Amino acid sequence: MDIAALETRFQARIDADERIEPKDWMPDAYRRALIRQMSQHAHSEIVGMLPEGNWITRAPSLERKAILIAKVQDEGGHGAYLYGATETLGVTREALIGELLTGAAKYSSIFNYPTPTWADVGAIGWLVDGAAIMNQIPLCRCSYGPYARAMVRICKEESFHQRQGFDIMLTLARGTDAQRRMAQESLDRWWWPALMMFGPPDADSKHSAQSMRWKVKRFSNDELRRRFIEFTVPQAEFLGLVVPQGTIDWSEFESVLKGNGPCNRERLEARRRAHDAGRWVREAALAYAAKPRPVRQEATG
Amino acid sequence: MTTANDWPLYEVFIRARGGLDHKHVGSLHAADARMALEHARDVYTRRLEGISIWVVKSSEIVASDPADADAFFEPARDKVYRHPTFYDIPDEVKTL
Amino acid sequence: MSALSEHEPHVAYVLRLADSNLVLAQRLGEWVGHAPALEEDLALANIALDLLGQARLLLTHAGVLEGKGRDEDALAFLREEREFLNVALVEQPNGDFGDTIARQFLHDAWQVELYGRLAASRDAQLAAIATKALRESTYHLRFSAGWMVRLGDGTDESHRRVEESLGRLWPCTLELCEADDLDRAMLALGIGVDLAAVRAGWDRRVNDTLTEATLTRPADRPWRWFGKRGVHGEHLGRLLAEMQSLHRAHPGAQW
Repeated sequence: MDIAALETRFQARIDADERIEPKDWMPDAYRRALIRQMSQHAHSEIVGMLPEGNWITRAPSLERKAILIAKVQDEGGHGAYLYGATETLGVTREALIGELLTGAAKYSSIFNYPTPTWADVGAIGWLVDGAAIMNQIPLCRCSYGPYARAMVRICKEESFHQRQGFDIMLTLARGTDAQRRMAQESLDRWWWPALMMFGPPDADSKHSAQSMRWKVKRFSNDELRRRFIEFTVPQAEFLGLVVPQGTIDWSEFESVLKGNGPCNRERLEARRRAHDAGRWVREAALAYAAKPRPVRQEATG
Repeated sequence: MTTANDWPLYEVFIRARGGLDHKHVGSLHAADARMALEHARDVYTRRLEGISIWVVKSSEIVASDPADADAFFEPARDKVYRHPTFYDIPDEVKTL
Repeated sequence: MSALSEHEPHVAYVLRLADSNLVLAQRLGEWVGHAPALEEDLALANIALDLLGQARLLLTHAGVLEGKGRDEDALAFLREEREFLNVALVEQPNGDFGDTIARQFLHDAWQVELYGRLAASRDAQLAAIATKALRESTYHLRFSAGWMVRLGDGTDESHRRVEESLGRLWPCTLELCEADDLDRAMLALGIGVDLAAVRAGWDRRVNDTLTEATLTRPADRPWRWFGKRGVHGEHLGRLLAEMQSLHRAHPGAQW
């Protein structure tokens, strides 16, 4: 069968809402687009561990500390699910992580903002995870099977993240003056970056149309953003916090995406440091595995 | 970027409860089988998702090729007599 | 006079256990996001969560025994360094992954032996906590012993590194199984455990794993740490300063 015929059949399967599985024929452009989107998503989870991880050692109560460790750990788990799903497309995780560390691959620019106060842990859960859920729920039905299945698992876990964030904000909003101020300042700082998470306006979104045709994306950036605002503003009112007025500064978005955000450098350096410092450990485990010895019997059943 | 020290990929299968089959849940990297089991436990059972784990090196899985799907699976399509609904049994006959 | 005199011995005994868990959980929390592989990040976080959970149960129990209305957070965030009764081993810095694994292994082998016996304590609440915690520690030991073997019997570099880690941490292990007056008093009451028996079990576990890991057991050196009596080195103060900073900056606030 020639390529044109294969492509026609492929698009017909997509149009019929069939799922594409790893060994199925797929257009190179579809494969490349998925690798790009899924690996960016995986990188975002991994880099996303850092801003909140910043507060693990200083969480103000032991219960909050436990919740935060579990939450940041989940982000790592989500990264693992997504790297695994991406690897079904014929790339290795090592190569993908290599692209992250050299700066060739992108990740969500939201994680290049700092978390100077405890309220930022609340704001990230409430707003950033809230926006992520809005983006991710449609992906549970995306055309590529492994991605859709990973997203189902992730979305199940993500709602705990948003709720714990809102719970932090609620406690702060009902707390002392200093705590309320902390909460308001955090909302002020995270509001615009959270809205930018939905991507550029529809008119400027270069990947959107094709992604929609392939059912990798099901709603437009602006549509999701509008829905997020609609849900979130009443929540802010409930908290007694004021949502910033104005419009999105897209030049800031471009600049942060290009590596000029407040924390781009620290985030990548932290990832590189961990990768480099762990090399001898990964090598040791491989060397140990390669040595001949009687097989350790593990029970199965 | 070197790929020489990447740990091999394992596929993970989890039995959610007694009485159910092990079900494929995803993959992970580990240097050896024992580590793969431990990683599977940490990555895929953080919320009581399972009571038993299988891991198998991805490279050890033998899979059918979608290109062979017609030859593999179509021949079963016309064997309608394999299904109980193929047979008309009079209503008066019970427990059959 | 040691800080111990301020505590009723039973409370102090429970705090020793609680603080060791809390401080090690705090150390492991520093790893999150920075481990040598993604899956190891999740593994270390799981251990941190288990230890933190144990610490919370034990702190709450200590607060109840003390009867002064201090809850887990009051005990964790509002005590001074001198009042922390964790063993010195757990406050040692993370260092590299080998240091962390060696610290974890030496600790887990001890905790498994300890909890196995505490499960029969006459303090029913402590026995219940130990029974739950033993399951977790058994898994931790599986993890850390597995890594000791991989690092010890891995590459020349990993062997050298983890052997150095072991040597650095070894002096901190002496207090784990060395009974002092408090340990003896609690043993006599049937609340505490016989550390001589713990010692025998710990020795066996450590020796078996070190042999499999092709590592040499360091010689005992005369310096003894007494973290469990509240006498700490230079690291705990900083660890607590960080851990307690936000809580202490807002006295009385709810979080």
